[in-house]
Amino acid sequence: MFKRKLVVLINAIRHLSGDDAYERYLAHHAQTHHDEIPLNRREFFKQEQERKWSGVRRCC
Amino acid sequence: MPKKLLPLILWISIAVLGAAAMGGIALSRGESINAIWFIVAAVCVYAIGYRFYSAWIAARALTLDETRATPAERINDGRDFVPTNRWIVFGHHFAAIAGPGPLIGPTLAAQFGYLPGTLWILIGAVLGGCVQDMVTLFFSTRRNGRSLGQMARDELGPIGGAAALIGTLMIMVILIAVLGLVVVNAMKHSPWATSTVFATIPIAIFIGLYIRNIRPGRVLEGSIIGVALLLLSVTGGGWIAHSPALSGYFDLDGLSLAWFVIGYGFLAAILPVWLLLAPRDYLSTFMKLGTVILLAIAIVILRPEVKMPALTQFIDGSGPIFGGTVFPFVFITVACGAISGFHSLIASGTTPKLLSNERDIRMIGYGGMMLESFVAIMAMIAATVLDPGVYFAINSPAGVVGKEAAEAVATISSWGFPVTVEQMNELARQMGEATLFARTGGAPSLAVGMASIFGSAFGQGMLAMWYHFAIMFEAVFILTTLDAGTRVGRFMLQDLLGNVWRPMGRTSWYPSVLITSAAIVAAWGYFLYIGVIDPNGGVNILWPLFGMSNQMLAGIALSVATGILIKSGKLKYAWVTGLPLAWLLIVTTSAAWQKIMSEDVRVGFFAAANDLAVKLAAGALPPDTATVAPQLIFNQRLDGWLTLFFVLVLWVVVLDMLRVAARHLSDKPVLPVTESPHIPSRLVEDWVRD
Repeated sequence: MFKRKLVVLINAIRHLSGDDAYERYLAHHAQTHHDEIPLNRREFFKQEQERKWSGVRRCC
Repeated sequence: MPKKLLPLILWISIAVLGAAAMGGIALSRGESINAIWFIVAAVCVYAIGYRFYSAWIAARALTLDETRATPAERINDGRDFVPTNRWIVFGHHFAAIAGPGPLIGPTLAAQFGYLPGTLWILIGAVLGGCVQDMVTLFFSTRRNGRSLGQMARDELGPIGGAAALIGTLMIMVILIAVLGLVVVNAMKHSPWATSTVFATIPIAIFIGLYIRNIRPGRVLEGSIIGVALLLLSVTGGGWIAHSPALSGYFDLDGLSLAWFVIGYGFLAAILPVWLLLAPRDYLSTFMKLGTVILLAIAIVILRPEVKMPALTQFIDGSGPIFGGTVFPFVFITVACGAISGFHSLIASGTTPKLLSNERDIRMIGYGGMMLESFVAIMAMIAATVLDPGVYFAINSPAGVVGKEAAEAVATISSWGFPVTVEQMNELARQMGEATLFARTGGAPSLAVGMASIFGSAFGQGMLAMWYHFAIMFEAVFILTTLDAGTRVGRFMLQDLLGNVWRPMGRTSWYPSVLITSAAIVAAWGYFLYIGVIDPNGGVNILWPLFGMSNQMLAGIALSVATGILIKSGKLKYAWVTGLPLAWLLIVTTSAAWQKIMSEDVRVGFFAAANDLAVKLAAGALPPDTATVAPQLIFNQRLDGWLTLFFVLVLWVVVLDMLRVAARHLSDKPVLPVTESPHIPSRLVEDWVRD
């Protein structure tokens, strides 16, 4: 019970921080663009960070 | 019906408790009041606001439709548009909206006493700020996550759109300048703070390389290592400060530090994001959430006594930290803790693209701002648990209370807030600083307040460590806002210039990157430079300017929302956004009026410029002020014109909205409502059709 809650918490933290972004990308990719080769981890993060920081992301 | 009776009793008790706590805070005179009552009052006010007002707005004014597919569900591209768990979106949204503003604003507003700021933080958030964030999030969600500027253009027309764009660019410049000034004032002649803050830069770069090359994408791992290194840098800073050989290198004056911040801002804007900006942001987010939670726990454990009176004599406008009467300046000063126009940029654009269901808008938009307002309440507590004499000694600029310690304590004690040189020296020694006099900007006094709370709750022995931890925590996320803001400013400028000459609009063309980054950095660098050379500390000028620009942006967001409500046939609910808008209009306009027209040299920009010019001509200025006087005079006039510009932009948008509303109500053609069509959600399992 406690262990399961811990796993949920760790997954939430991973999701919030973007730690699991690549896994989520692979899952999404497998679902929608299965005919193309997915980006590798390094290439994906490069694009991801450029995308994330191209708009207003932080406030006062 | 016992089922209905229980919640009824519960909510009545919350209302009674909240009213008792609010009454206690408001009516307490003479004797000190416990900070726990602030927490109780805040929690009750938020609970009632959330349970009743936000629910009513969601159901009636906006009619959230949980059967309607959100943009994230419809577009779901795996990148920008991703249906996400509501708690995760809440975390992202809060991390994005929570910045240094709600920490600094209430700290400065405490010069009026604890009451005006606290009341406005609570009332302003529940009726204004939370509403703004929620309705903007809703309207943007119904428009595929369009930005505030785009919505203004689509719904009101080109004038509204242009005003929103220019307003955003201006607020960015002023915001970065004032935040830069806060960091500079916190590091000035403090080898410990300076070396710790400097160390955060190589740490961020190391983490950037780690996440990119050593362990690609392992964000959590990198962040944990980074946070450990940051904590180590606080200890290391203490070691450097105590080393006679090294401390000299980090004992810098304000101007050198300002140039450092300017250079840093430029580098951060042109370097790739993965190297500095992104890793610093990971670290700052962890620090921010961790410290806020720690502070809340410490206040609840410790229940400190608030020593500041409910009201001080400075409500008459004679305050040392900034000039101006309690109305309208407490509203302008608290700014982000109650209503922040900046949030409308986050609530349109990023967050709506993640919502998996419209019903989450209430929790994320309204609830997110409630939490931000709670952070502001904690900052208010941290400022008011200090001895008022100490609070004023730290926050009053040397130009007001005098340069010498004896002079400053005499002035402050004469106001009825007793403080001694020995007391200040002992405090500085405990905090590991040479002096705490005239450390304007709010960050040092907040750090002293946090250190004394943390120290009492978790052990007195480490006050100096807690103080520098708090300084590092503030600096880390101020510098993140500075990086991110400069970058956004650069993109907006590139976008603007791209209309004139196409290649300038290419965001990755290096000459364009260099020119636009330099232009943005020069713009805020100018205000930062003037703030540093100003003997009155600069914060007294820049913070009100920032507050007015922020409230102006909030006014634009509320105008867009009111316009859309009226155009969608919801005139009878238009007061939900219309009343906060009217209040902001009154506050911002009267503040701007005073800043422009007031004869008081501590309030009016032009009065101050003319006064300085007369004194300069008469040779009545001390030599160090006389050399910078021409720049100060020019700057005060510039600030006056800037204020006029802000208030004009706000009025143009409001009048434009009223014009559109009047046309709509008299059945004349207006721009159509651009809401995307209703497509039923397939994510909802239980089909509840109305």
